[in-house]
Amino acid sequence: MGATIDLWKITKTVLFYALVVFIVVVSVFPFYYAILTSFKSGTDIFRITYWPVSFSFENYQAVFSQGSFPRNLLNSIFVASVTVILALFLAVTAAFALSRVRFRGRGFLLMVILAVSMFPQIAVLAGLFELVRAVRIGDWQMYNTPWALIFSYTIFTLPFTVWVLTTFMRDLPVEIEEAAIVDGASPWIIITRVFMPLMWPALVTTGLLAFIGAWNEFLFALTFTSSNDTRTVPVAIALLSGGSQYEIPWGIIMAASVIVTVPLVILVLIFQRKIVSGLTAGGVKG
Amino acid sequence: MASIELRNIRKAFGAVEVIKGVDLEVRKGEFMVFVGPSGCGKSTLLRLISGLEDITSGEMLFDGKVVNALAPSKRGIAMVFQSYALYPHMTVYENMAFGLTLEKGHSKDEIQKRVEKAADMLQIRQYLDRLPKQLSGGQRQRVAIGRAITRDPKVFLFDEPLSNLDAALRVATRIEIAKLHESMDNVTMVYVTHDQVEAMTLADRICVLRDGLVEQVGTPMELYEHPNSVFVAGFIGSPKMNFISGEKAKAFNADTVGIRGEHINIVPGNGTWTGTVIHTENLGADSYVYLEMGTEEPVVVRLDGANNYKSGDTVHIAPMPDKVHRFDAAGKPIR
Repeated sequence: MGATIDLWKITKTVLFYALVVFIVVVSVFPFYYAILTSFKSGTDIFRITYWPVSFSFENYQAVFSQGSFPRNLLNSIFVASVTVILALFLAVTAAFALSRVRFRGRGFLLMVILAVSMFPQIAVLAGLFELVRAVRIGDWQMYNTPWALIFSYTIFTLPFTVWVLTTFMRDLPVEIEEAAIVDGASPWIIITRVFMPLMWPALVTTGLLAFIGAWNEFLFALTFTSSNDTRTVPVAIALLSGGSQYEIPWGIIMAASVIVTVPLVILVLIFQRKIVSGLTAGGVKG
Repeated sequence: MASIELRNIRKAFGAVEVIKGVDLEVRKGEFMVFVGPSGCGKSTLLRLISGLEDITSGEMLFDGKVVNALAPSKRGIAMVFQSYALYPHMTVYENMAFGLTLEKGHSKDEIQKRVEKAADMLQIRQYLDRLPKQLSGGQRQRVAIGRAITRDPKVFLFDEPLSNLDAALRVATRIEIAKLHESMDNVTMVYVTHDQVEAMTLADRICVLRDGLVEQVGTPMELYEHPNSVFVAGFIGSPKMNFISGEKAKAFNADTVGIRGEHINIVPGNGTWTGTVIHTENLGADSYVYLEMGTEEPVVVRLDGANNYKSGDTVHIAPMPDKVHRFDAAGKPIR
């Protein structure tokens, strides 16, 4: 009896780890292959290998020397950062109102916010395009500037961000807020000096997701910008062209893709340590 | 120092009226305790005084000035919450100084002096650099009290501050609060509790609330000796007052007769009533004998020292004649 049970146990463990390996390989392989390809040069690219055989920075040099890629990278950083800051600012203040201020139609408003996030991008693309084209202040027009992207990304990030932060803020003890009111804190002080420090985990999570969303976005970036200098990286990569129209520069595309991914990996590594739970411990009896 | 006056205060949450017209005066420097069963509106009343809830109708006056629309921070109050409500991300020092840093016109030195003075009063000076999560429940509540002291309030509000502490700590902290009241004799204190022992031991005057109305206001002894209703008589005092109704009460010319356990003597024979012992509790200094004698709840007799009665014993008892409370059918005392 004991032997059969052990056998079953071993089989289960083996199956479990086989599944784990399978999942890891499937999810990591595309990126691994991109890195692999980005270090290959010349015709090596078209030879299928699963382990590094040659090593050259040729593609990376090409990316940075070619056209406006560095500029596109800066555009991406700018657009994603401003989107995160703007979205978090609006979401935190909105979440305070939605979770802590009693007013008529609050539940309805929350549902509308959730409903908005269900629209596919393509459904609102035409409308948004008209909106972006319509915004001009004097000689300045929003179309074909990073602000067009920031504007549209914020619209798409906000529902999720507001929803998550509202849920999180609702769980913060009411007494802490009331103690702050008695101490003479205004709503702004309560948000910035009492709630925000307690909301780090939620802020980091939603901020990171907003950043990733803005960083990787393609459709709006393609539609709302029209010149090389204003494009963000995903569009720039897609529009990379080789020496002739029959040549697709895979090596350079892969190098660019790796470069674009690295900041995200670094960001996640930095902030994952900030995502600690139990930050409210000790404030109220619990 | 501030006197608080409530004039026909009402508070409704939607269609539900919680406070149904309360008139009350809290005198300057007084320790007033609101007591009552859960849901009687005592916490709501405190929150109306603090300004955390808006008054539906009626007038609230501090020192003769209407404060209905005044923000909590402008009323000169400080509040201690049941759950401590400390700011988890701030050290004890920052917790205590937070209110002062928000007010304009306090120098850093002054704030530090005031925080340290309050910390010394409560013996929490060695914890000033710690975070709330590094403190025990009793220490946290002391910090919460310290935070209130630092603000130098005219009115000190306590919302069941001891309910989250264990029994021993509760007594210790109760004594701290009593001492605090003595040392801050120009501060008016309002304290909410459902525990009548806290009310009796701390209060200058007690306000018994029931269903959003004031049932009786008076000193602890007034309430103990001259309860204004069956409700107050039953709520104040431990063990609970015995109530005897029906034929036995008719003999006293009353609808209900109330007699406290400590005001009943067990006599050898010829007592006013007889009963059967169903249970005894020996607490050392005193002991309780529970008697079955046809009343709704068993009659409790409190005796000094231990006793040797056993279940099934038949005893004769006699109430002390001048300690008998007589109530009419409406629950009001007959005097």
